[in-house]
Amino acid sequence: MSYAFEAEGLVKRYGRTTALAGIDLRARSGTVLGVLGPNGAGKTTAIQILATLLQPDAGRATVGGLDVVRDAALVRRRIGLTGQYATVDEDLTGAENLVLLGRLLDLSRAAARARATELLTQLGLTSAGGLRVSAYSGGMRRRLDLAAGLIGRPEIVFLDEPTTGLDPGKREDLWATIRSLADDGATVLLTTQYLEEADALADEITVIDHGRVIAHDTPAGLKQLVGGRTIVVRPADPDQLAAVARVVERVTGRPVEHQHGGALTTPVDAAQQFTDVVGALGSAGIDVAELALRLPSLDEVFFSLTGVTRRTGMTGVTETKESA
Amino acid sequence: MTETATRPTDVRRTATTGPRPWPLLRQSLALAGRSLTKTWRNPGVLLDALIMPVIFLLMFVYLFGGAVSGSSQEYLQYVFPGVLVLTTILTGQVSTGLSIVLDMKKGVFDRFRSMPIARAAPLLGSVLGDAVRYPLAVAMLFGLGYLLGFRVETDVASALGAVALTIGFGFALSWLTVLVAVLLRNESMVSTVAFLLPFPLVFGTSMAAPAETMPGWLQAWAEVNPVSHAIDASRGLLLGGPVAEPVAMTLLWGGIALVVLAPLAAWAYRRRM
Repeated sequence: MSYAFEAEGLVKRYGRTTALAGIDLRARSGTVLGVLGPNGAGKTTAIQILATLLQPDAGRATVGGLDVVRDAALVRRRIGLTGQYATVDEDLTGAENLVLLGRLLDLSRAAARARATELLTQLGLTSAGGLRVSAYSGGMRRRLDLAAGLIGRPEIVFLDEPTTGLDPGKREDLWATIRSLADDGATVLLTTQYLEEADALADEITVIDHGRVIAHDTPAGLKQLVGGRTIVVRPADPDQLAAVARVVERVTGRPVEHQHGGALTTPVDAAQQFTDVVGALGSAGIDVAELALRLPSLDEVFFSLTGVTRRTGMTGVTETKESA
Repeated sequence: MTETATRPTDVRRTATTGPRPWPLLRQSLALAGRSLTKTWRNPGVLLDALIMPVIFLLMFVYLFGGAVSGSSQEYLQYVFPGVLVLTTILTGQVSTGLSIVLDMKKGVFDRFRSMPIARAAPLLGSVLGDAVRYPLAVAMLFGLGYLLGFRVETDVASALGAVALTIGFGFALSWLTVLVAVLLRNESMVSTVAFLLPFPLVFGTSMAAPAETMPGWLQAWAEVNPVSHAIDASRGLLLGGPVAEPVAMTLLWGGIALVVLAPLAAWAYRRRM
């Protein structure tokens, strides 16, 4: 079994605060590992140790078979890092940022320019390449930041919450880019606060909280563990709420829960039931304002895994959404 | 497990050219280019380098000139070489440490740290990029000095020698604030140190008044103060007089500062990073 990176028993303390209390992370070459957890769970610390920016107080980690402490210089030749905060220079243009990084990686001037153009095109920033980064939107910065991490064609890519704060549409664009990295053979470690994001991108998911691993599984396994998905329906006309409830209860065979804002929710076992509900509402002639199949929110994930209510501040995100 | 140096990606790697010689120098120059581009786009940050020499020259000549020499014109000749040294030292102290602290706090430096580049390159690049201030400040000083009536009494070669020597000396001493900046990492503390440090160094010399007029303890300090040599050398090169010994001493002290402080700063930077 060959792992692109492997961490065992990582511990990191800052004074009296323990950021990591002994976590294990590993991913096979060419796969995407999602690290799911709320703010302060230790995700960034773990990435910083793997990316040689921090040294662990205990435990060991290897990247490409190289020790991140002893062989840090060699590890840096193999990795690309995209930080939680944009690590690009605001006073330079997008292209200048990328060319500088290419030059630092020993590319010739021409090769650095070519690589910059290639990445700007790949990330949909062609027209923004000549603009200073200070004029970029948050989403553009994120994409430039990702491009900056890819200049050296790294075999292992660390992405620290690459889509936090992005609009759903932009998020999906970035997902496509991240997927294409893995398709090209790179190994990706992605941290996120969204189960939806980990589910969409990762081959395996490690859930961490308070510096400890609380679950590790495939997305399918994890979803089984934390409970199924929920249908959310909000009729366009609030007076039809009772009619909607009847339709949904008939199709799913489960009672509905009334939520704030005139919406109904009910858990479903199979995605097929969602399609059935869509069809049934359609033939009943009911207009809906919102109709979604929702994954558990991070709060619900933690509740299922630990039995403890934990306010992570993260709301659920929708997997499928359509308006009729 | 140890043979995870995965094959397909090694092929992708070859797209980049192999390592070339002098990585630290090349990387530092590339990063100095980045600093220059930033400065070029925010020219306001150079304002202090342009204003400082003006303030000091005008202040010394018109405020103290009459009192010290009886005539501001005569005093201008006396004080100008010292103000040249003051300018290059202050230029190095005031800005260099500060821009490093600001740089270190930005995410860009995080990225540099995760890259396979010489650890000290971002530090060196920042210091080299800031070196653009020296010629600006010195040009401003000479321009104003000539307008006020200062004249080089030696020749162009000696004057250029004075410029090169004082800039080199200021650059060497600037590593003191670089070291402080790397150790403290706090803008306001670095500004305070950079502001206070030059006083004993530059003012405890014969810059503004002959050392004979000072109390004994201050004379003793001026005697051992390395900056005194730089001021003597600057006077010799601009106005005539003994040159060889003060220049040699200035080079020696500048060399010591550079050889001790720069590696120390680079070491502290690598360690703290």
